[in-house]
Amino acid sequence: MSAKTADKIATAVIITLAGFIVLIMAGLLGFILYRGVGHISFDFLTSAPQTIKAGGGIGPQLFNSLYLLILTMIITIPLGLGAGIYMSQYAKPGKITDFIRLIVEVLSSFPSIVVGLFGLLVIVNMFGFGFSLFSGALALTVFNLPLMVRITEQAMASVPQAQKEASLALGLSKWKTIKSIMLPIAFPVILTGTILSAGRVFGEAAALLFTAGMSSPRLDFGNWNPLSPTSPLNPFRPAETLAVHIWKINSEGLAPDAPEIAAGASAVLILTVLIFNLLARYIGRLMHKKFTATK
Amino acid sequence: MAQSGGKKRVQPHIIEEWTGKIYTSLCITFLIVTIFSMVYFVAAKGLSSFFVNGVSFKEIFGSTVWKPDGEPPLFGALPFIIGSFSTSILAALIAAPLGICAALFMVEIMPKYGKKYLQPVIELLAGIPSVVYGFVGLSVVVPFYRDLFPGQGLGIVAGATVLSIMILPTITSIATDALSALPSGLKEGSYALGATRWQTLYRTVIPTTMPALMTGVVLGMARAFGEALAVQMVIGNAPHIPTSLFESTSTLTSVITLSMGNTVMGSVQNNVLWTLAFILMAMTFIFVFTVRWLERRAKR
Amino acid sequence: MKKSLMLVLTLILTFTLAACGQNNDAKNTTESNGGTASGNTNGGELSGSILAVGSSALQPLVDQASQKFMDLNPKVSIQVQGGGSGTGLTQVSGGQADIGNSDVFAEEKLEATPAAELVDHQVAVVAMAAVVNPDLNIDNLTKDQLVQIFTGAVTNWNEVGGPDQAIQIINRPSSSGTRATFEKYALGTKTADLKGAIQEDSSGTVKKLVKETPGAIGYLALSYLDDSIKTVKYDGVEANVDNVANGSYPVWAYEHMYTKGEANEVVTAFLDFIKSDEVQNADVVELGYIPVSKMQVTRDVEGNITK
Repeated sequence: MSAKTADKIATAVIITLAGFIVLIMAGLLGFILYRGVGHISFDFLTSAPQTIKAGGGIGPQLFNSLYLLILTMIITIPLGLGAGIYMSQYAKPGKITDFIRLIVEVLSSFPSIVVGLFGLLVIVNMFGFGFSLFSGALALTVFNLPLMVRITEQAMASVPQAQKEASLALGLSKWKTIKSIMLPIAFPVILTGTILSAGRVFGEAAALLFTAGMSSPRLDFGNWNPLSPTSPLNPFRPAETLAVHIWKINSEGLAPDAPEIAAGASAVLILTVLIFNLLARYIGRLMHKKFTATK
Repeated sequence: MAQSGGKKRVQPHIIEEWTGKIYTSLCITFLIVTIFSMVYFVAAKGLSSFFVNGVSFKEIFGSTVWKPDGEPPLFGALPFIIGSFSTSILAALIAAPLGICAALFMVEIMPKYGKKYLQPVIELLAGIPSVVYGFVGLSVVVPFYRDLFPGQGLGIVAGATVLSIMILPTITSIATDALSALPSGLKEGSYALGATRWQTLYRTVIPTTMPALMTGVVLGMARAFGEALAVQMVIGNAPHIPTSLFESTSTLTSVITLSMGNTVMGSVQNNVLWTLAFILMAMTFIFVFTVRWLERRAKR
Repeated sequence: MKKSLMLVLTLILTFTLAACGQNNDAKNTTESNGGTASGNTNGGELSGSILAVGSSALQPLVDQASQKFMDLNPKVSIQVQGGGSGTGLTQVSGGQADIGNSDVFAEEKLEATPAAELVDHQVAVVAMAAVVNPDLNIDNLTKDQLVQIFTGAVTNWNEVGGPDQAIQIINRPSSSGTRATFEKYALGTKTADLKGAIQEDSSGTVKKLVKETPGAIGYLALSYLDDSIKTVKYDGVEANVDNVANGSYPVWAYEHMYTKGEANEVVTAFLDFIKSDEVQNADVVELGYIPVSKMQVTRDVEGNITK
């Protein structure tokens, strides 16, 4: 009898705690959205921020965040795919492979502030890229790369061994097999993983404070020449991302509506991450369906 | 398109093979070079306070007096080290039971509801940017503690509260993986002997998965240890060892974010800040090695 | 097939990007063809790029002035970065930035040799006032009282004529320029970091905490003052622009824009523009700084005041 009671109590406790987590989450989301959503409007999303007047927007910051994400992905995906394929297909089990795996693990748990400082020292000052989107993208690559490697490795490992062996038996080279047989099968997993990791890049601030800078030069959205300094596409201009902007207006905001802007920007950030998550799920399911149905 | 390579002459076939090998090896080399250069540069900069500026090892790790602009300047980093440890350990203590319970709920109790509701919630928690956590911490957590307890609300408890929510996803997802990897025979055996669910969990499941669960907790701690912006906003930043959990104190990360921009590169204080960054990096290695050790135990 | 194409593209992109990086560096040595040095009105011939880095307290002013300057000189591009006075001085001294913005004299942060290479341009004056939680019935504090509070000799407001309420100090980190100014001119002494004192680097957070924390005292630049917090008089003198200008309110400091050696034409034109009446009487005032030209007193590195 007492064992049964203990079981009931324990179950109740576990359910309560699980409910508590959902409650925290709901409270957190509710708080941010409740304070911020009212402030979001088309104008808010597109106009430039104001230093001291009310009514500033987050247009350039939103653009910078997205652009930085794309730049980071352009650098990370080829590198991460290559390294992940190496780890899963070419690396021979042994001391060296263990060592590389350890390195990936260490790299993925490096504090973002250390990565930022390294970026400041080496990328910004030593290589002379200055506070720029490019420096920021390189710093974010350091973060994102281990994630990408792990995602690729897991996805490649999930490919049925028989598929690989069949292809090799047909006389295809190993690289051809990887490229044409295994990668397409692993693709859905890699894609969802990549989108989820994009959310992390989107919200990163500590590393960008020291690399991408805290100001946004005036952008001329009619100028799409990537070499012109006022062009939004120029990767060598400093860029303040949305997360950094929240940090800045929370700390130094002079505008009378700074708290509202911070709340609005936080809500935008959360919504974007939410969209990333939903997108990853949706695409994952779609791919899975397509893959299993047509085969 | 895929099957055209095999029948042709040997040459392109081999070239292709080499392209793949070289490409992937280059990628992995890049990764290795990156981490080595990071360790090298941070270490070189971080150790220069000892070798160039002659700050003694004993002072940084043994003294509690931080007076970078005093006469003579004093760089006792012990308060920050203690602050970082107490905050992240407390955060892990709060988050570990929550995270493990969430995992038990998802795997053992109500897998259907767990997968449908709890899992997305936790994934979303992982995606919320740290500045937003800091913002919420300052507007909700700090006033809450200020009204409830003596003190100003800022301090170790406020920091640990914010951090515990941030590291919850890490602990939960690793615990979930560990629990679902458990062979079902083990549980069934226990049920067959007439044990209740709680007895099964308590006597069989949790002890067997303990090292794996600890892995999650240690990784969560590692994340808490390195988190900067959210902590800096709620910890108070006084460079002293606090007498109460609700008293303003500092962590390694908070003192770096606070002072790095205000000091000139190459100055003694700046170099000491780099030393603190070096300590953070060294701690990452220790955390990762602990995780490895735990994983090896989990496999046995 | 697609993968290798992507790889090639990436490589090409990386190289082009790297090449661009070099271009940007080279651009600092600007080629301009004899633009008018005053640059306030039609300096249309000026071209080049300027990078100004440093103090976050000065950033809004430089930012706003640069927008105006770029309107007048469309070929000039100015980038303004925060990062703190230390970063600004490091970068201008190391040649990465054209202008280093600082809250303090370079001599106070840098070694003597690099500091001597820098040319000081004082573009504005910023004044600070002690602020307290609005629930406190304190509206004047003497210098001695402030020293006692910030050194921890006094820990309850009833010892300085207030209610029975513990004093909570909201300070700045010891490396902060704002704190250096406040200690030098309001307290006249350096203070240790007290146990339990809160330290925040940002004015916004200081303001928020002073507003919410019972018994809190902190200090803010005049531009951050409003009704949500209570500004206290210093030795009976109110913190306002007139009192700062005529020298009766001492807690103020210059905002500096440093260049390494003599600046090139574009940078000079921009600095002259900031010092011109067009900016001094409009943006400087609007953003809560005090124009240098308005000051009836001047001050040197040692803090000696001359009328």
